[in-house]
Amino acid sequence: MGSKVTNILIVGVGGQGTILTSRILSQVAVQMGYDVKVSEIHGMAQRGGSVVTQVRYGEKVHSPIIAKGDTDILLAFEKLEAARWLDYLKPEGMVIINNERVDPLPVMSGKVKYPVDIDQRIAQKIKRTLIVEASNIAVACGDVRAANVVLVGVLSAAIGLPEEEVDKAIRKLVPAKALDINLKAFKEGQKLFKDIS
Amino acid sequence: MKKLMIGNEAISRGAYEAGVTVATAYPGTPSTEIVASIANYPDVYAEWAPNEKVAMEVAIGASMGGARTLVAMKHVGVNVAADPLYTAVYIGVNGGLVIVSADDPGMHSSQNEQDNRGYGRFAKLPVIEPSDSQEALDFTRLAFDISEEFDIPVMLRITTRLAHSQTLVQVGERKEIELKEYKKNAAKNVMLPGFAKGRHQDLEKRIIKLREYSNNSSLNRIEWGDRSLGVITSGVCYEYVKEVMPDISILKLGMVNPLPDKIIKEFAAGVERLVIVEELEPVIEEQVKSWGIKAEGKELFTLLGEYSPEYIAERLAQKAPHPGYGLDKDIPGRPPLFCPGCPHRGIFHTLKKMRLTVMGDIGCYTLGALSPLDGMDACVCMGASIGTALGMEKARGTDYASKLVAVIGDSTFVHSGITPLIDIVYNQGTSTVLILDNSTTAMTGHQDHPATGVTLKKEPTMKLDIEALARAIGINNVRVVDPLQLDELQQALNEELQRREPSVIIARRPCALLQKPPQDKKMVVDEELCKGCKLCIRIGCTGIYFVEDKKLAAINPNTCVNCGLCAQVCTFDAIKIMEA
Repeated sequence: MGSKVTNILIVGVGGQGTILTSRILSQVAVQMGYDVKVSEIHGMAQRGGSVVTQVRYGEKVHSPIIAKGDTDILLAFEKLEAARWLDYLKPEGMVIINNERVDPLPVMSGKVKYPVDIDQRIAQKIKRTLIVEASNIAVACGDVRAANVVLVGVLSAAIGLPEEEVDKAIRKLVPAKALDINLKAFKEGQKLFKDIS
Repeated sequence: MKKLMIGNEAISRGAYEAGVTVATAYPGTPSTEIVASIANYPDVYAEWAPNEKVAMEVAIGASMGGARTLVAMKHVGVNVAADPLYTAVYIGVNGGLVIVSADDPGMHSSQNEQDNRGYGRFAKLPVIEPSDSQEALDFTRLAFDISEEFDIPVMLRITTRLAHSQTLVQVGERKEIELKEYKKNAAKNVMLPGFAKGRHQDLEKRIIKLREYSNNSSLNRIEWGDRSLGVITSGVCYEYVKEVMPDISILKLGMVNPLPDKIIKEFAAGVERLVIVEELEPVIEEQVKSWGIKAEGKELFTLLGEYSPEYIAERLAQKAPHPGYGLDKDIPGRPPLFCPGCPHRGIFHTLKKMRLTVMGDIGCYTLGALSPLDGMDACVCMGASIGTALGMEKARGTDYASKLVAVIGDSTFVHSGITPLIDIVYNQGTSTVLILDNSTTAMTGHQDHPATGVTLKKEPTMKLDIEALARAIGINNVRVVDPLQLDELQQALNEELQRREPSVIIARRPCALLQKPPQDKKMVVDEELCKGCKLCIRIGCTGIYFVEDKKLAAINPNTCVNCGLCAQVCTFDAIKIMEA
């Protein structure tokens, strides 16, 4: 299935800023001359619910959504969401997890417990599991909201996207006043991947 | 260079390029971005209509008046607009008229998953279905030509997955189309029985011509491959089939009504096994089988929900499903919920506390039905809260009306809540109607409406006065409360529910997402006073959570917007509003 297509699944919680990450990645793919398809969900799910964006690029892309078991990289902004979407990953795929916990309603109300060891359980199943502290790095760069661009750095290093293309896409998509912090966040993300892998 | 566009933006671009000068819609996921984005073109008049029926009528009038016109709505919106639609097909067009129906298989953001391709056969209008954003643009342009050539409105049917997927698009130039001449023509435009009979006769001729067009149109194409399996499909399902079985023979339908019978017969004769892949209803399948063609369809594929590439591979090629890792079973669900500071939260907390029967409506506030608020008894469709409340009162008696409330948002009230409110007055109901006025159409992404006083193009306009309107209808008891003042809200409800006449309570506070949270204060839990009773947790806010090991509530400063609702709910005064 789609052997020459790269499939990236970006998951998180409504309001976490997953959209900018997918916009940057798809912009890079457009710049590189690939066929690109991106699928996102609007409406009710955005109200604090589980959100997913699918980015696919390659010579020719048909489906806008990734088949179960066909994801090359699962990028999770939150730990539970990584587990929720894990079945979409290829056996040899990579999961990048931001070490962030956002309690869903059943946990907040004490009905069920947050499975705190979930990232470790994922790591036992998936050989290529990376757990990163994107929020801390973003704070060090100057703004916690740049965590999504730290993750762009990690991801782009992981799949070997050309640095200058990602740089160009960030300059195109991030507002001028936040640009310096985001370029720094991107560099730190890249560095982080090189350090831990 | 090609650009990434969601399907909706591509439709808007296609309509712009086709020379559209009038566009109208009522917002509804997954259709909203179509007319929202066409409003960015200065040479197109674009508006939010109060509801889809009005939008359809504006569109019919604009088409009669000679303009190329676009009208867009979600699938259930077409039901609201169905009355003018069916007759517009008899009348036909002057300027080209394209109706976008955005269906929602899988119900990502809807109350049902009806298949609006059915309108094609029922209302007898051509239905065109694109598979990606480029086709969305190209087919929209073409739809205007078809509309004018065959003197008929054209439906462009899309689904959520096309509406909200970005694919690459090559844009073109706008075709400047001159406004067509308007000539009075009662026999065509006045649908009295005498005239309508003639138009019906004419419509049947137009449909025959359209089927001939469908048989010769590039909208429908055969892609010959391995002939042991042939699939007839359309829309996004075409992309899924191509993804998982790129080598088989495919008949890709871009025109799903009228179906190209000759092409289908040719295709069927050329393959050993014929399968029809269509989400939801067997619209294509039933017609194909009615022509005596042997085919498989719904015996393989479900009538429910949205399809996916792996589902099609599983059903068509007997490919074993992905086994998975089994971790998802232990994962708590993450349902959508009210935002921190949302004015609706306190409403449903209070309605539940007062043990009222709540007839609900469509909007963000429908989330009030979910745990832990559990504050709604029913929700049917846009505007239904008020009529269903009156029905409940007439079934169970006037006494029951003192425990019964209709809850409806401001945009939904303007959409279709006014006529049922007239019914309450006219038929001597005593129900209490709670209008949640957050000054926007929040759920679909904050669109303006007649009671915000701003148009789609952001021009100031006359603001509909909901209080004056309710009084003019004949409601003597109209009052306004702040939904974040729970005592005031509960007192108003108590007083109005006891009255043996109808009342309207307007709970007015702007959507929390449109306001900056106050920076000068912050919420704090006093750990001495907190008893761990979880009353504050039961308002379902991400700004407050329960610390299991301490058995105490705590504020999450990253999400809390200092609205103070939890402090009002706490019976031990343990949550305080402090100066920041």
